[in-house]
Amino acid sequence: MTETEANALVARHADVFHRPLMERLRGVLIIGAIAFYMVFAWWLFAVGQVLSGGNWDIAGSYLADWVSYEVRPDIEYDGDALDVSFPRFSPLGSNPKPEWLTTETAMVERRRASAATEASTGGETSGAGFLGSLDTKTDGSDGGDFLGPAAPSDNTAESPATAPIDIENTAAAEPVVMREESVVNADVSFGGNTRISVRPGFVTVTHKGETLELDIAEGSAVNARGPLPDWANQRAPGAKVIVRFGFAGRAEIEDDEVKARRRFLGWENFFFDTRSPYWGKSANEVMGTIFFGERIEASRSNLSLAWSNFVNNADWQHGDVWLKLLQTIVMAFAGTVLASLLAFPLAFVAARNIMPNRLLNQVLKRFFDFLRSVDMLIWALFFTRAFGPGPLAGISAIFFTDTGTFGKLYSESLENIDDKQREGVRSVGASPSSVQRYGVVPQVLPVFLSQSLYFWESNTRSATIIGAVGAGGIGLKLWEAMRTNQDWENVAYMVMLILLVVFVFDNISNVLRQRLIGKQS
Amino acid sequence: MTATTHSPLLSEAGQAVERHWRELAGRRRLYTIGGIVFMVLAMSGSLWFANESNAGKFFDRLPYLFDFVGQMLPRDGWEIWRALFDLPSPYDDGSLKYNYPDGRIYFTETLYLPEYFYKMLETINIALVSTLIGFGLGFILCFLAASNLTTQRWLRFFVRRFMELLRAFPEIVIAGFFLAVLTIGAVPAIIAVSIHTIGALGKMFFEVVENADMKAEEGLRASGANWVERVWFSIVPQVMPNFLSYALLRLEINVRASTIIGAVGGGGIGEALRLSISRTHEAKTLAIILLLFCTIVAVDQFSAWLRGRLVGKQAFEFGRGG
Repeated sequence: MTETEANALVARHADVFHRPLMERLRGVLIIGAIAFYMVFAWWLFAVGQVLSGGNWDIAGSYLADWVSYEVRPDIEYDGDALDVSFPRFSPLGSNPKPEWLTTETAMVERRRASAATEASTGGETSGAGFLGSLDTKTDGSDGGDFLGPAAPSDNTAESPATAPIDIENTAAAEPVVMREESVVNADVSFGGNTRISVRPGFVTVTHKGETLELDIAEGSAVNARGPLPDWANQRAPGAKVIVRFGFAGRAEIEDDEVKARRRFLGWENFFFDTRSPYWGKSANEVMGTIFFGERIEASRSNLSLAWSNFVNNADWQHGDVWLKLLQTIVMAFAGTVLASLLAFPLAFVAARNIMPNRLLNQVLKRFFDFLRSVDMLIWALFFTRAFGPGPLAGISAIFFTDTGTFGKLYSESLENIDDKQREGVRSVGASPSSVQRYGVVPQVLPVFLSQSLYFWESNTRSATIIGAVGAGGIGLKLWEAMRTNQDWENVAYMVMLILLVVFVFDNISNVLRQRLIGKQS
Repeated sequence: MTATTHSPLLSEAGQAVERHWRELAGRRRLYTIGGIVFMVLAMSGSLWFANESNAGKFFDRLPYLFDFVGQMLPRDGWEIWRALFDLPSPYDDGSLKYNYPDGRIYFTETLYLPEYFYKMLETINIALVSTLIGFGLGFILCFLAASNLTTQRWLRFFVRRFMELLRAFPEIVIAGFFLAVLTIGAVPAIIAVSIHTIGALGKMFFEVVENADMKAEEGLRASGANWVERVWFSIVPQVMPNFLSYALLRLEINVRASTIIGAVGGGGIGEALRLSISRTHEAKTLAIILLLFCTIVAVDQFSAWLRGRLVGKQAFEFGRGG
């Protein structure tokens, strides 16, 4: 193209090449305004502050909780010995012996503070469970198999800081020293080459080919030999050391105990909780017991026992979750059907071309707007107060909101009908009600049904949300599970059930709608 | 049946048609009756179940419903306006119920914004920010999901499933998660509503893109434009009015959604409403309901007007993707 040609082209289409300034700048201005608004919103909601103040460490472990669980053994130092304990509701049952935690035992002398000195030296032995279980033993065997007041030289591993106090205590109240089989070495494996080895006064952590050695001065300080690797950190010299192994878990090495947090993929005890006789058995064993085994409980069959154990699983509450899910489904279904039934006659009255009374049309249309615009949330809160928490409140909320929505939609489609059909029916002398029945309803019924089906599916979703404010169903259960911050795996389970239900209903509603109105985009 | 008496008048073929029609009508009637019986059974079962599992039974609670409506009436009509505009109440006894002026947001010594107006603005801003974020990300994703612009099946499949997941994932869970990680307030609500909006808008956008006229795209392709140029200069100008009107529809839905999320800890007017209803502060409750009602009507009207200007009198499927 030569220059003259180009100039001719520009001259011919001047409106394309020389647009007004405002038109050219419009895009830039709009983007600028949006950017400015976003900055304003950032300031208004203090987004930066909120995001930086967020507890992102916890976010990671909450997310991991969705698909995994932690087992949390605590290893306490006690002089020459160690005490390994699990929390009360451990996923491994009441007395776990996991294979990733290996212990060595030996006969060691253990000093027990007797009841009188407990008050003065209670600070260094912090584990309440340990004190509770062993105190009774020492009290009962007072004067039995104890070896008499021990000289300080007997306690070779006693830290020098506490030794002088103990001498005073020996004089005052006779601490109890006994020889017993105790754990002297505990090894926690975190998979691969990652492990923590705990000995009295000394902890070794191996991870990613690096070894961290820590000296523990019991009750006073944790000190690393050499620099800390990047997966470990310590807030202040002598304070506890936290080591992180990514998904496999983490551990806190404190001056009185090592708290290990070993994470496993999967949902623990999904079928049977630890109190069930089926707990910890493989699927084959469970099947075998159910169908061929002897009755575990004489009063009922193994199958019914298994079912009741499963449904009443304390960790997962399958029965309750399903019941609540059913409530949500019922809320959406009953609310949508009732709203459709009420909106159907009202829409005929509201439609201009069917009911010639202008006043009545307007009154009903404003009534629909009112029902629709008073939000579903308001109706839900209102009916929760009136009926008490539960699906009745949810049904009523959906019913009220959707009567408005359906009334509006139905009357709009009634106003758009083809009049010829109606004229035809009227021309053969049909009564007014027959004109509606044969001239109008066949045209609009598929549209009505398709709109109702569409809302049935979307109401299933809304019912979940309004459930959380007290209108019953799975929403409330979900909200309670989230509030505890412990049961994220239960949240994941419920979310999966909800997604499944929404997916199934979405497909049913799509198939039915396509059959009703034919394949339309 | 009258038809049988007329049948001798019909020819052989006519009788066959008549018989066939009768069969069809009979089957149809059977389906209709079956459907109605099924619906009646399902409905009565549902209602029975709902009533059984509710905290209060329907007929026991019904009288209380009207009592409760009575309780919702304030001591006099002016109380609603006082609560709405944070004016001092003559009944003020120091309790939370009548402390209207406490919530004022002062700009200057005398000029203030009433508490509920501020909270309503907060909720509207949550909805607006979420719609903008959802619009931006949905805009980017939709072209990757459209079959006329993205030829890689796996990419399309992945993007579509991803958007479906964002859309179907319960907002309440996202909000709950970020409420636990961040603090109680607007940011978790924004995140939750935005994530849902990305999925919902992305789905509607890619359907619009798939219906776009491809001639302009062909022209650009012939002159050697790359993918981004083709999308930006041929598709975007065509689909933008539709995109904007869908985004406006979404804004209406998001105002409601952010109110609900607010009620479970996301701040804004929803939280104020939940508190005042549960504490039976009737004047405050009615003031909030009035404000919310007017706002929703105003937003709906504004968006309908703007959509009318953008795409003309084009019918929209109401609340799609909600």
